Amino acid sequence: MAAALGLPPLAAAEVAATLERKRRPVLVWLELQDCAGNSESMLRSSHPSITELVLSFFSWEYHETIMAAAGKQAEGVLDRVVREEAGKYLAIVEGSIPTGDPGYCTIGGRSALDIAQRVCGSAAAVIAIGSCAFDGGPQRSAPNPTGAVGVGDAIPNLNLVNMGGCPHNPANTAALLVYWLTYGRMPALDAHKRPLFAYGRIVHDQCGRRANFDAGRFVERWDDEGARLGYCLYKMGCKGPQGTFNCPVVRWNDGTSWPVESGHGCAACASYRFWDTALPLYQRLPGVPGFGVDVTAGKIGGWLTAGVATGLGLHGIASAARAQMRPRGEAPRGGPTEIARRSGLVEREGPPEKS
Amino acid sequence: MARIVIDPLTRIEGHLRIEAQVEGGAISDAWSSGTMFRGLELVVRNRDPREAWYWLQRICSVCTVVHALASVRAVEDALQIEVPDNARLVRNLIAGAQLVQDHVVHFYHLQALDWVDVASAIKADPVKTAQIAGSLSEWPKSGASHFRAVQTQVRTLVESGQLSVFANGYWGHPAYRLPPEVNLLAVSHYLDALEFQREFIKIHAVLGGKNPHLQTFLVGGMATAMDPDSPQAPINPERMQLLRTLIEMGRQFVRQVYVPDVLAVAGFYPDWFTRGEGVGNFMSYGDYPGKSMHDPSAFFQPAGVVRKRDISAVQPFSPEKITEYVARSWYEYGDNKPAKHPFEGETRPTYTGPKPPYDHLQVEQKYSWLKAPRYENEAMELGPLARFLVAYSAGKQPAKALVDATLAQIKQPAAALFSTLGRIAARALEAQLMADKLTDWWQELEDNLGRRSLAMHNGERWDPDSWPRSCRGFGWHEAPRGSLGHWVEIENGAIRNYQVIAPTTWNGGPRDAAGQRGPYEAALIKHPIADPDKPLELLRTIHSFDPCLACAVQLVDARGRRWRAVETA
Repeated sequence: MAAALGLPPLAAAEVAATLERKRRPVLVWLELQDCAGNSESMLRSSHPSITELVLSFFSWEYHETIMAAAGKQAEGVLDRVVREEAGKYLAIVEGSIPTGDPGYCTIGGRSALDIAQRVCGSAAAVIAIGSCAFDGGPQRSAPNPTGAVGVGDAIPNLNLVNMGGCPHNPANTAALLVYWLTYGRMPALDAHKRPLFAYGRIVHDQCGRRANFDAGRFVERWDDEGARLGYCLYKMGCKGPQGTFNCPVVRWNDGTSWPVESGHGCAACASYRFWDTALPLYQRLPGVPGFGVDVTAGKIGGWLTAGVATGLGLHGIASAARAQMRPRGEAPRGGPTEIARRSGLVEREGPPEKS
Repeated sequence: MARIVIDPLTRIEGHLRIEAQVEGGAISDAWSSGTMFRGLELVVRNRDPREAWYWLQRICSVCTVVHALASVRAVEDALQIEVPDNARLVRNLIAGAQLVQDHVVHFYHLQALDWVDVASAIKADPVKTAQIAGSLSEWPKSGASHFRAVQTQVRTLVESGQLSVFANGYWGHPAYRLPPEVNLLAVSHYLDALEFQREFIKIHAVLGGKNPHLQTFLVGGMATAMDPDSPQAPINPERMQLLRTLIEMGRQFVRQVYVPDVLAVAGFYPDWFTRGEGVGNFMSYGDYPGKSMHDPSAFFQPAGVVRKRDISAVQPFSPEKITEYVARSWYEYGDNKPAKHPFEGETRPTYTGPKPPYDHLQVEQKYSWLKAPRYENEAMELGPLARFLVAYSAGKQPAKALVDATLAQIKQPAAALFSTLGRIAARALEAQLMADKLTDWWQELEDNLGRRSLAMHNGERWDPDSWPRSCRGFGWHEAPRGSLGHWVEIENGAIRNYQVIAPTTWNGGPRDAAGQRGPYEAALIKHPIADPDKPLELLRTIHSFDPCLACAVQLVDARGRRWRAVETA
């Protein structure tokens, strides 16, 4: 901030010091059944930087991957926050929650569900960060050995924001955190509780290779002439027409690139249960189960989807009539047990569906 | 006599619990437990082998890349295809950049707070700090005014009463020995390293589309098409210059900040060169091909085995000699055999530990989600130290010369390598060798771009119709934390079975059927513990292994048995 005002470095310390004299809001970050991808992604934040977020904007008190304290001292930090900052702190949750045997994920001898219920229950707001916390992640796909589900499915009635993505894009998350600090509330969310400013449009409509799709120029084989010329990756399985995220605009790692720009199709990784509705990776749309139902904005979503479907039809790629798509259900309802049952505690026959 | 518990053991990847017996001020026994299970190898069964890399990369993202790479290699081995030279180079650049960044982040953001007392930085003299910094390297952010600003930032944080991630640390612990000026220097570099890791990893965005979880892997090569004359080719002259600039940034940071800091800090803790040895056996699968994965003579990091600290000659490595025990792990082998090879193994996760909330594990029975891999029934340590010892005993240069020169510089004998600080120093030196090597691979890629030798993907076996009805393959990678193995069986175009053994499984696993401790457990024996309530000394040694627990917890089901998920009561 001081740099933006043109102040010399010593003044920057003073400005920072002024910010820091006010009591900083407290933030805790839980990691449950996770791969730490969302923690790592957060470290890449640049505007603001992770240093600013952790040392100046928040009192970032619990985060197992980076905190100084361990064991009893770490537990003490979390206990203090839940007790003394109840109703005021922000809880970020990374990783899924097993609804099977509690022994599938314990920290400090307590189960993940127990910890999440306690910490989320007293938070001012909860951010489920990344696919696993949003929708259960890859471990929730068949056969879901541990009964893994996301935060919203495990614990109802939270003031919840879902930052989908595998992982989340820290550019969006940093913006969300500062928004919350500035306005004391979360921005407008879609039906999956994801911020519209990041998830409100289909990837295909923002894509830098869209002109190639419209002109019928496609990569036909990996590393062919079209690949070198940056042609559309639809035929190589790209799920851009289905995905909802802002990767083509914000891109990744400070705008350096994103998967399509580096030569591989989009996986629609910010969409609810994309593991089951957008993968297989190399199966072309609309042959995957979830095509057309990710955008739940009703008529507008339907129109966009039909437009894409028509476009696919025009290119003679696939028979993309809406009736031939196999829509899945709406957002889940019911308590944790019912959701756990629906998510994978019933034995499945045979391999996942192929279309 | 007291049993201490550290859970969560923080500043690692994943969920690790250590229980240790403390008698007379020292650790007399220890048990290492992984406390989280997901079962991703089960989830990939029946899926397309060409996308296994996408799923399995989600095993871990601190070492993102490593599982994707081992996976495509396993499938390529099964299908018996080789990747074009450019794909080899792109993969080496991606993996090598991962190693450099991972080691830097490990030292500063995971390990350093065990050795650096942040609160003490407030008492430092910034002018003296600048003198010390100048004596260590030419790193430009080393002036007194810079250190004064960092010190002000720390002081403000401490005076606010809200210490953020530094809350409740062991500040003032008697085991801290750095003078305030060195503490301030280290804190300043901790902040520099936070900036560095964000910038340097853009190499992955160029070559992988994004970090974490790169997305350009393909069975048969990479999706990063290259063309010197196309603005939208993922690799073109402009992208190559961005890569070159970032690679140079990596070399500079490692040489001017990371390595000098490690050696300077080590100088204040010489007794830590005399403790923390694990099992005295070391192994590397070898990696970073100069030609093909099946031509180990051209590997940048050689394969081999070193037993009982004997670095006079290296022994060959054979993957057939690996078995995994579940005697003290929460799994059952269906036919009650004690140990199985990954291609023959068959396990079911069966939690028999205490029902949470619990105070102690049943350490005399089964106590971990990690299995216990063994090589010819011996425990092995994997990682940067293991790789250096294998390279050293193979006489490989420049590794051998670098080790000898460093030992001379810090005035330590070769035996010092077998220790906590030996591990930490090996990690830093490995980052230096790798940061330099990236330039060579970049140059090879640049030469190929210039002469229009552009092939990036071998599509001969992309179509599943071209595959044999059944085949199996072994793919591996020397990940930052050590040797990683993926075993895949493919039948009728789908994954029949998949098995992963990660380096932390080797390092952090529990006892085997014979009661032999794993490396973490062995390394802690006889550690002095000044205060059982603040076991800083224990953290130092566990962190020196660079634990990655999400990687370490995997399981196998080799018989194609349909999985029945555990039902709740």
